[in-house]
Amino acid sequence: MAILTDYARHKEKLEGKKSMNKTTKSCNKSLLGFIFTVFGLLMASMAHAEYGINLTEGVTDFSQEVYGLHMIVFWICLVIAVLVFGVMIYSMFAHRKSKGVKPAQFSHNTTAEIIWTVIPILILVVMAIPATTALINMEAPRQLDENGKAVVDEDGNTIPIQMEMTIKVTGYQWKWKYDYLGEGVSIISSLDKLSNAARQANPTVKLEDVENYLLDVDNPLVIPVNTNIRILLTANDVIHSWWVPEFGWKRDAIPGYVNEAWTNVKKVGTYRGQCAELCGKDHGFMPIVVNVVSKEDYATWLSGQKGGETAEVVAPISSDETAILAPEATVAEVVAEPIEWTQSELMAKGQEVYNMECATCHQTSGEGIGETFPALKGSAVVNGSIEENIKTVVFGKEGTAMQAFGGRLTESDIAAAITYTRNAWDNTAKDAVQPEDVKKIKNS
Amino acid sequence: MSHADTHDHDHDHDHKPKGFVKRWLMTTNHKDIGTLYLIFAFAMFILGGALAMIIRLELFQPGLQFVQPDFFNQLTTMHALIMVFGAVMPAFVGFANWMIPIMIGAPDMALPRMNNWSFWILPFAFTMLTATFFMDGGAPAAGWTLYPPLVLQGGKNLAFAVFAIHMLGISSIMGAINVIATIMNMRAPNMGYLKMPLFVWTWLITAFLLIAVMPVFAGAVTMLLTDHYFGTTFFNAAGGGDPVLFQHIFWFFGHPEVYIMILPSFGIISEILPTFSRKPLFGYVSMVYASAAIAFLSFIVWAHHMFSVGMPFGGELYFMYATMLISIPTGVKVFNWVSTMWKGAMTFETPMLWAIAFVILFTIGGFSGLMMAIAPVDFQYHDTYFIVAHFHYVLVTGAVFAIIAGVYYWIPKWTGNMYSERLGKIHFWWSAISVNVLFFPQHFLGLAGMPRRIPDYSTQFAEFNMWSSIGGFAFGLAQVFFIWIVYRTIKGKGTTKATDRVWEGAKGLEWFIPSPAPHHTFQDGEPVKDEQLAHVSSH
Repeated sequence: MAILTDYARHKEKLEGKKSMNKTTKSCNKSLLGFIFTVFGLLMASMAHAEYGINLTEGVTDFSQEVYGLHMIVFWICLVIAVLVFGVMIYSMFAHRKSKGVKPAQFSHNTTAEIIWTVIPILILVVMAIPATTALINMEAPRQLDENGKAVVDEDGNTIPIQMEMTIKVTGYQWKWKYDYLGEGVSIISSLDKLSNAARQANPTVKLEDVENYLLDVDNPLVIPVNTNIRILLTANDVIHSWWVPEFGWKRDAIPGYVNEAWTNVKKVGTYRGQCAELCGKDHGFMPIVVNVVSKEDYATWLSGQKGGETAEVVAPISSDETAILAPEATVAEVVAEPIEWTQSELMAKGQEVYNMECATCHQTSGEGIGETFPALKGSAVVNGSIEENIKTVVFGKEGTAMQAFGGRLTESDIAAAITYTRNAWDNTAKDAVQPEDVKKIKNS
Repeated sequence: MSHADTHDHDHDHDHKPKGFVKRWLMTTNHKDIGTLYLIFAFAMFILGGALAMIIRLELFQPGLQFVQPDFFNQLTTMHALIMVFGAVMPAFVGFANWMIPIMIGAPDMALPRMNNWSFWILPFAFTMLTATFFMDGGAPAAGWTLYPPLVLQGGKNLAFAVFAIHMLGISSIMGAINVIATIMNMRAPNMGYLKMPLFVWTWLITAFLLIAVMPVFAGAVTMLLTDHYFGTTFFNAAGGGDPVLFQHIFWFFGHPEVYIMILPSFGIISEILPTFSRKPLFGYVSMVYASAAIAFLSFIVWAHHMFSVGMPFGGELYFMYATMLISIPTGVKVFNWVSTMWKGAMTFETPMLWAIAFVILFTIGGFSGLMMAIAPVDFQYHDTYFIVAHFHYVLVTGAVFAIIAGVYYWIPKWTGNMYSERLGKIHFWWSAISVNVLFFPQHFLGLAGMPRRIPDYSTQFAEFNMWSSIGGFAFGLAQVFFIWIVYRTIKGKGTTKATDRVWEGAKGLEWFIPSPAPHHTFQDGEPVKDEQLAHVSSH
């Protein structure tokens, strides 16, 4: 399994490598020792190769089809390579001047040239047929029988498969949001805290101690097994790409677009992937984790989400077109907020929100990173009018990396974070922003 | 010695301008401008390589040790921009300047003053581009593909990058016009089109590609500029624009661009293989047609760079089929090269070694290219290290190997000194082994699921990244060694004097002038003799 990091196995292997180095140390002085060390490292890599040298077969029909296609093309290329390079290498040994060969003077051969134009064309046709079928199965999926043949109705037309549920994936810098359309459940999924701590320049956690380093999230996507799931993809800021290798495809999440893909996972399990389109500073740190569970477990989980008290639960929305295209506008907040927060409540909550949401760009110190991610410490906006400050956070700033948080964070979170920044470091505003203030501007 | 006589004779009547400024800054001589291009390209190759070394250093093991993610993105972006526009393209223009007039028996390029300008724009353009590293906000960090909306989040660097690209484009277009004008108008009497060396042919085709696509790229980046500074919304969905439109425009430029970097390589290799096989190039005419076919196809396959973008089914199908077709003319080329070697009487001097490595390793890059043409499988390969491995096989072991092969092949003609064969071979084996340690494991990384352009990775990718980095450092060091070899050759240290013919099996006009090539050649307009040429096609 390609992307499924088995940490225990990895560790075992690391230890194996260590012991191998130990055994070679005694003869290290000689060239032989060096060769052994290189060979040992190579073997260590080979042992490693069992989970990371080839494409995954994956857990969907499509991924298996893709894997099969990949292997067919690979073997064809390999055979051609052996033939062509074989001729070449033979020639290099047989046709050398040092062997006293007199060079032939031929410069073309029409028959040969026709043969090596026509045969590759035939090979391409052989590749194109299964490739076309696979593409149909992704882009225009039809009902298939057990033998993989398309089922036809009485008129001989193929029957499109029925999607049983729809999940909308929205890419943000640098996290994913999953909306279960028609269920009123949303999840925001970002890099887990341990990985995040271990990936810093001066890590507080050793990455060796993190299971699934960089491939774990706080809230995974949960989907049922053996279900046709339509996946709609869009993005809020820049282009992202949603990729779980085990499912067999990746698709871009593009602001202003709603892309469509689908999957039907055949096996319960946890599958991991990553964002695959450069999306800025933390592109390498927005993994994807999908928990595929039985249909019963899914139903239980879903009702738990609906009844739960987490802030991520939002009011039900209809799955009509407008909801798909502009769900942020229709999401109403159902979480009860205290009417008036105290300064210390705001500061405590604000620091938490700031470190989760803002610090990745503006830094914990508030000093930012250069011009792209400006400092909040001493910033004119943060030390200026409350209204401007709220507007910047809620609506974002066009043409910069500052995105609109209005649709993503609750009003209380935004109020708290703004309060925190206006009081933290040496900032002079020293005032408080209430959720009510944010609400007013948001609805203006 | 008659050669020594010619040599002294040249010195007397060379009329090389005196003084650094007149000789180099104000030069209109195709050989001097060629030298300037090559030196500039080499400097950029070292700069771009230095950035690559930092990238490989950071990727040596998981975790962030040396650079921050934002700076890492600047490194990958600038590495690509510098290597593509600063190293590979100018190097080929350098070859074109030096060799095309000599190969077709012309006294100089057709437009010598423009030639001077098209070179001297480059240092300014790259000063502007690299200066962004020292600005607030740093260098461009959205990848060399400059995709909006991400690229629009950058600060001042966008304006600098866009103007630098405009200047590079002007330089490239002027260079291309010059090449076309020279080849069409300046051929010596009796130098018919189908008698031209293949290097001249491939450059002629490349020049047309450049003129066709550089303005497209200039247009695309100008739209980025106005989106960022003047409130247009070409690529902003919120204003009725379309971020994917940029990708279509970019790759309409970008795909011909990769052939701009590979066609002249095909030309160089097609000169070297016959020389050291002592046998005519196999299928000269089909080589010309294959090059033209590749150039034509390059315009109609661009969206295979965007299979994951969510194109309509019919679009994906078309771009898959069209892309697969490229393997036909490319295959013809490879078969022709192998047939050129077949039944020759080969010797393996340094240029030949690089050329053979080119054929093998470029073909490996071609195979992975064919694999990626299959759209449904590209849904997996796209934007992983598999594509990184692919384009480094075609651009490093392809284009760069061809450039190095060409330098070894012609440097005796340029300097009048033979390079050290022993050092050249060490350089070759050192590079050929390390470059495979560097890039081959990246195929595995990509297949196993490692996305490209990430500064840190999951622990399962650790081993192959370490291998790749070790190979990278070794390959980088080998190119520093190359500087030393070239320096010694220019200075004539530990070398022998080159003969006019240089290589026993060499044919073509450049081998009938003295070594080093005098400052002015082919000024008399004499017809060329068929027996001096490598190809005298009856077609």
